[in-house]
Amino acid sequence: MNFNKIYALGLRHLYLISNSFPRVLDLIYWPTVQIFLWGFISKFFTLSSEYYSNTVGIILTAAILYDFLFRASISFNMMFLEEIWSRNFTNLFIAPIKISEIITSLTITAVLRTLIGLIPASILAVPLFGVSIFELGLPLLFLLIALYLFGISLGLLVASGLLRFGPSFENIAWASLFFFAPLGCIYYPIEILPNSLQIIAKGLPLVHIFEEMRNILINDIINYSDIIKSISISIVYFIFGVIIFYISYSGAKQRGTLINMGE
Amino acid sequence: MYIQIKNLTKKFKNNFAVNKISFDIEKNKTVGLLGPNGCGKTTSIGMMLGLIEPSEGEIIINSQNLQSYKRDEILAEINFASPYVELPKKLTVKQNLEVYGRLYGVENLSNRINEISVDLDIKNFFGKKTGELSSGQKNRVSLAKSLINKPKILLLDEPTASLDPDIGDFIRSYIQEYRSKNQVTILLASHNMNEVERLCNSIIMMKEGKIIDRGTCSEIIKKHGRNNLEETFLKLARSKNEL
Repeated sequence: MNFNKIYALGLRHLYLISNSFPRVLDLIYWPTVQIFLWGFISKFFTLSSEYYSNTVGIILTAAILYDFLFRASISFNMMFLEEIWSRNFTNLFIAPIKISEIITSLTITAVLRTLIGLIPASILAVPLFGVSIFELGLPLLFLLIALYLFGISLGLLVASGLLRFGPSFENIAWASLFFFAPLGCIYYPIEILPNSLQIIAKGLPLVHIFEEMRNILINDIINYSDIIKSISISIVYFIFGVIIFYISYSGAKQRGTLINMGE
Repeated sequence: MYIQIKNLTKKFKNNFAVNKISFDIEKNKTVGLLGPNGCGKTTSIGMMLGLIEPSEGEIIINSQNLQSYKRDEILAEINFASPYVELPKKLTVKQNLEVYGRLYGVENLSNRINEISVDLDIKNFFGKKTGELSSGQKNRVSLAKSLINKPKILLLDEPTASLDPDIGDFIRSYIQEYRSKNQVTILLASHNMNEVERLCNSIIMMKEGKIIDRGTCSEIIKKHGRNNLEETFLKLARSKNEL
């Protein structure tokens, strides 16, 4: 690993953000809209639901965490799509940078993009709705790690699809996370799902992450075994994503699509 | 030989884009790769850049096999410019050169960027976003990117396509000057026969994925009984059978 090269590719995306104020606004805008939307919904539920009566803002916390996952994945996809849109694929893949360095750079840069959007939104939730995700304490860090790994895994799978199918795969990039959202049990307990879907849902880290989040906020109990399980499952998905990415890259070289990849 | 291409073949489904081509390029020589559209030039260059996996054959660069040796170490010595491949449009010229300089691990990057920008006369639009440049400016920036690492091998795909004669001449003159001052082996794919005659020590003619002729420009013109390379190209491109 050459960290100067990893930094160079990250710099390319940071320049992109810093050169355009609308891009920064775009990064902040959607998480903030989410906070407002779910803030008011959670306020309503807090007043009307016994289940949530002891835990103010549980839905808002779920919304913030889900948005973190969403932003992580979309950030990774966006950076990959930027190379396609700018017809820069050839220049990138002929540079002396390893695929592992490209993945590392995009993964690290995606954190920054995600945090640019999420930190203002999370801070805004405190005075507006009296909700702070930091109430989750130290487990928050581990839950964020699990979410981030899963988000990047989805990003890797979508990037693999872009390598395999070209820019026409772009729409899948936007739809990918919504596909998992119903099974992730973000806003409701897993028992809501039919038994057959519960089995599938348990194979996703999201269920364990959001169940644990509710467990902490409602019961004030930290179950580290669930946290470890969620991180472990996310690592498995991440490794799977990396393998699929390498396979797609190799396939793209076979098909010769890297040289003409563009809009 | 600095570059050795041995039986290089690329087959897409049932079509041979490149069919068992072999050629050598000596160190610090410029070789023109000519042929009609779709003859396999870009695919050949793609394979030499490691972007396309050959179906068969070998690419040996400075005694190292591109397929089996560490890819990033070989690519550090190579660069490429083409008007059909762009740099990130939303980054300024300076930012693009900085990013690619770092990717290529260029030492004293600020000095190198300064040097190349003066040489290619791009300093007056350094702060401009690359997407806002004219074709001539973009081509010069693309060439600057391709020379940022002082490559030992430079692959150029129609570097002066769609440029006005003045800027086209500027770029050709610069390539000549750069070659005289630096140790660089160049493979030039071009449809501009004057450019090829001016820059290349020898040429390789391709058609339908195969090499159909090779030699110096004067040798090939003489062999086919034509007055210039353009006429020779037309004869070879329009001939129905291999020569």
